[in-house]
Amino acid sequence: MPVTPPDGIRLVIRKKGFESYYMSKVKSSRTYKEKARAAIKKPAALGEDIDLDTYLDTAEKKPYQPDPSQLPVKTKKHMLSAGIILDDMRQRSGTYIQMDNAPIHSSSRQEGVEVMAVSQALEKYDWLQDYWWQAVAVDADKFTANVELSQYDGYFIRALAGQKTVLPVQACLYLSKERLAQKVHNIIIAEEDSELHIITGCTTSLGQEPGLHMGVSEFYIKRGARVTFTMIHSWNPETAVRPRTGAIVAENGLFLSNYVLMKPVRTLQMYPTARCVGENSVVRYNSVLVATPGSSLDVGSRVLLNAKGARTEIVARAITTGGDIVSRGYIEGNAPEVKGHLECRGLILQEKGMIHAIPELKGTLAGIDLSHEAAVGKIAEEEVEYLMARGLSRSEATATIVRGFLRVDIEGLPAALSVELQRAIEASEKEVM
Amino acid sequence: MLEIKQLTVAVEDKEILHNVSLSIGTGETHVLFGPNGSGKTTLLMAIMGFPKYRITGGNIIFDGRDITGLPLDERARLGIGMSFQRPPVVRGVKTRDMVGAALQARGNGATIQNLAEKTNLLEFLDRDINYGFSGGEIKRSELMQLLAQKPELTLLDEPESGVDLENIALIGKLIDELLEKDCPARSRKCMGLIITHTGHILDYVNAKTGYVMMDGCIGCQGEPREMLATIKEKGYQECIECLLHRQTV
Repeated sequence: MPVTPPDGIRLVIRKKGFESYYMSKVKSSRTYKEKARAAIKKPAALGEDIDLDTYLDTAEKKPYQPDPSQLPVKTKKHMLSAGIILDDMRQRSGTYIQMDNAPIHSSSRQEGVEVMAVSQALEKYDWLQDYWWQAVAVDADKFTANVELSQYDGYFIRALAGQKTVLPVQACLYLSKERLAQKVHNIIIAEEDSELHIITGCTTSLGQEPGLHMGVSEFYIKRGARVTFTMIHSWNPETAVRPRTGAIVAENGLFLSNYVLMKPVRTLQMYPTARCVGENSVVRYNSVLVATPGSSLDVGSRVLLNAKGARTEIVARAITTGGDIVSRGYIEGNAPEVKGHLECRGLILQEKGMIHAIPELKGTLAGIDLSHEAAVGKIAEEEVEYLMARGLSRSEATATIVRGFLRVDIEGLPAALSVELQRAIEASEKEVM
Repeated sequence: MLEIKQLTVAVEDKEILHNVSLSIGTGETHVLFGPNGSGKTTLLMAIMGFPKYRITGGNIIFDGRDITGLPLDERARLGIGMSFQRPPVVRGVKTRDMVGAALQARGNGATIQNLAEKTNLLEFLDRDINYGFSGGEIKRSELMQLLAQKPELTLLDEPESGVDLENIALIGKLIDELLEKDCPARSRKCMGLIITHTGHILDYVNAKTGYVMMDGCIGCQGEPREMLATIKEKGYQECIECLLHRQTV
């Protein structure tokens, strides 16, 4: 049975100049390839340029693993550092694992929740082509173009209408081959009135060897659906990372996205964009970033409030222990009664290191309510001394304040996921402090 | 016992306190009066050991030990605690964390739950410390943390300011507990030094001695209720004249 996108999503498709929602798969596919070819040299608008020719395109295919708990202990340990639990799958409603450019496992433990490789899903569902490159532009830059032109796989996660997951689906994107450019295209669909929780862990077994991760993720959140998406990155000091994420949220839909990066990475640039196309839709972005010496992060979240009553909150916490962070935020209000707030706080823990906060608001009509607050600095001495007056040593007081800074209280995130998220942060706290 | 001997304190390059001396016996509570900017808070901050308040002369002796050069946190662990007039907001650090840290630092066996119930702050435990607290809530939170610390010397900077009349009795009761008012005087160990503008707190605490601080000096000392009555009637002008008279004699 064809699954039509909701009105808001269809509207976006029309606006993008497509002749018809029911366009032919062949034609659309050709169009994307053409657009991608045209953009194959197009540098990203933000972040340092990356020479893709210095990376490999292919890796030997790993065998399918029906029972991921049988993966090597070391591999599982790496995955666990990114929130992926393989020894007790009862804690998850589904699992997808991609090693380099090939899926090695996909399974669902809950009826009404589909978890599979996107290549498999494209074969299974004709209609999936209609979602392809609707939330992210194929010609955004050379990274999106490259994923289209030489894409291998990615995950497809879908909650059927009315299905509500309690346990999260987990997806792991694992980079194991030196100098490989990992290319991923993920599609996530929450059908009407469904509820879906996803943990994505992106990690590598490489110690100091370079690698590149290019990940396109498209979210379609239909009327009344709720999606929480928690992404934990655990790379190495030589990895370059270019995720490209878009979300389209229909009427009364909720998209809650959490991003955690506590480990070193050479360069990371991402600016996920969510479009609220349905009335009273809600988007919340929370990110916790730590830049260690040698890391260069350019990370932001962008929300377009295009429907009446849509709301958003963007909260970013950035810490540098010597690396550079550009922390961006953008909210655009284009419909009546929309409301958005952007908060960016940065903490500089060492003499070296830089945080550049760039909060932006744009309103295109009266009656909207957009606000932002940003603060960057070192830990306030007054706060340290306040804690010391209660008997904590200077280092204990500082650690308590940093821990508090990294604490994420996320409205709408189930308690169990909140605990897991906090655990992931705490696991790396000691290295930060 | 606390002995302040000829204490001179500077903030940045400006001398604020000049040769201040006072002595608080074991189990005693003293109060400090004085106009705004006279140096009362500076004295408390210097006793507590805040680095910004630089001691340029004199000594602080606590329980027979010279603590003049001791860091802030060591003084806290030794048994000195302070309630702040305007404590900072520390985002992300929960009230529960602060109380827990204070309990641990002093090895106090009380429970966070019990202290929160006592101070009527149960619903504040999981909020960022001082974030969005009213004046009265801040005072109760400060006293909750002090009850966790269980200090031998309690320094209170205007504990009644910003507190409504309904809550002032609770504040008074909490201070009584900190200062062991219910213990017989001879077995009382805890000492207090309290800054007050309104004197409301004198209805609740057993203050033995009062001081008026003027321009960084202790102008005079006496029975606190009598002093308060004079201040209320004649203002600090009377103290200034008295001080000038004494200087010319």
